[in-house]
Amino acid sequence: MLGRIARHGFVIVATVLLGGLLSATLVRLAPGFDVDEQQLDPHLNSESVRVLHQARLDQHNIFRFYFHSLRRAMHGDLGTSVSLGQPVSTLLRERAPRTLRLVGIGLLLSWAVAMALALSAAGLRLSAYDTLTTVVSGTFLCMPAAVLALMSVLWNVPGALSVGLIVFPRVYRYARNLLAKAYSLPHIITARAKGLSELRILFWHVVPVAGPQLLAVAGVSVSIAVGAAIPVEALCGLAGVGQLAWQAALARDLPLLVNITILVTTVTLLANSGADVIGHMLRGQEA
Amino acid sequence: MSTFRANFWRIAACVVLLLVVGVSLSANWLAPGGYARQYREAAGAAPSHEHWLGTDEIGRDRFARVLYGTRISLLLAPAAALLSTLMAALVGGLAGYLGGAWSRGAMAVTDLFLSLPWLFLLITVRALMPLNETPLVSVLVTFLMLGLLGWTSAARVLCSTAGSLRDSDFVRQARASGIRGTRLFWIHVLPNLKPVLYAQFWISIPAFILSEANLGILGLGVAEPMPSWGSLLKELEGLVSVGEEPWKFVPLALLVVVVTSFQLVLSKPDEVAA
Repeated sequence: MLGRIARHGFVIVATVLLGGLLSATLVRLAPGFDVDEQQLDPHLNSESVRVLHQARLDQHNIFRFYFHSLRRAMHGDLGTSVSLGQPVSTLLRERAPRTLRLVGIGLLLSWAVAMALALSAAGLRLSAYDTLTTVVSGTFLCMPAAVLALMSVLWNVPGALSVGLIVFPRVYRYARNLLAKAYSLPHIITARAKGLSELRILFWHVVPVAGPQLLAVAGVSVSIAVGAAIPVEALCGLAGVGQLAWQAALARDLPLLVNITILVTTVTLLANSGADVIGHMLRGQEA
Repeated sequence: MSTFRANFWRIAACVVLLLVVGVSLSANWLAPGGYARQYREAAGAAPSHEHWLGTDEIGRDRFARVLYGTRISLLLAPAAALLSTLMAALVGGLAGYLGGAWSRGAMAVTDLFLSLPWLFLLITVRALMPLNETPLVSVLVTFLMLGLLGWTSAARVLCSTAGSLRDSDFVRQARASGIRGTRLFWIHVLPNLKPVLYAQFWISIPAFILSEANLGILGLGVAEPMPSWGSLLKELEGLVSVGEEPWKFVPLALLVVVVTSFQLVLSKPDEVAA
């Protein structure tokens, strides 16, 4: 188990470092990176223009920039946002709780609705009900995330509901299939024939079979929710990390974008690895 | 009975898709005014005989824009899907076929891309490209980017399939009879990857349509005046209530119908029958 955790830890660190380097390279290679609108300001004197120019030159060698950024990050200094003129650590500290709440509530909502529908569909086994839930989830699945964000603005509902509705159909689809497969297993059919209560069948026989795979879906759903937070925050005007990522991308704010990429990659990898490790532990206990 | 129902829905979905493609290809005849012509005296007009879906706030015929936008999205999403499938075949197929360090290296790159949420990656890369280009260039850039970034999950599937083919009896036999290298890959491995490639191609189309729509709403998609589903849906941003101008929801309804049709065509018979 420790070896598995260590392997996951190594993969996370390596992927996060590579992800940061990838985003820094993308920004550096983007057309127009060398041009800084601030340098064109007629109110600036030649010394100020020279300082701005020097600051850009420091970011020219991407490996040097990245190495210095990582070294500073070790001491808690994440650099300063070029577009917002504030320390990146302050920006992230201020906005992360809002995004965490948005993503957390969205995930809770989506899982609650998806599991309630999937369990009832698998348990009831009524064709009409199954069709209805599939159509409902399918409709949300076919809608762009940004449209759901716009609808939440239009109907004045919390952004977390949009995140929930974006994640819900993906979770429902997998959960329904996994539960339907589990309910059709011979030992569960036998248990039902012997008159076991539905709750006992669910917790004693269905959850142990479908649980580890549902955990894997939980890991993936975190990544989907984090991605959904970007259009929701950008279009609903919520000052979170998603909106910050959007602003950083538009302003080509290299320090901010690199740090957000590292943060997002860490969160998604931790969620996936955590789900994998817990799933492995559960399977180990069963064996 | 359930198989009949599944086939019925699949056929219905195919008919809908063919109908939508057919109508969008006839845009030149159905809406001869074009998507950019302004009817300045009728800006923001409600549906009428002249303008079936009304006009937008600068007086362009919404019906014409929906037709042309549908054409752009439905022609370029498959093109992007084709590009991403080819890249997945090249990277995933070859990595799986070569195995060892090649496979591990390719999958590490794939994992790196997959560790970033798709929408985050898309927005970041699109925002880094020039946004003030001509409409035609913006269309090409948007869909080219979708094709170039959307290959990773397909590459993972293809790598695993090609890996299992590498150790299969018929490939070993071919190798023993002296066929090696690229010839073995082109003649024996690649043709057996075709079913997976077809599936990945069809799966990518609705995903790319939705991605373009997301980018368009966020203002990072196709540039004005050229319409696409994304730029048409951006109109919903200024809406005050749903009941006020329901015809503005027509592009959204069409998008949902088309993506649903793709999902129905792709889904397994038991899922459709449910």
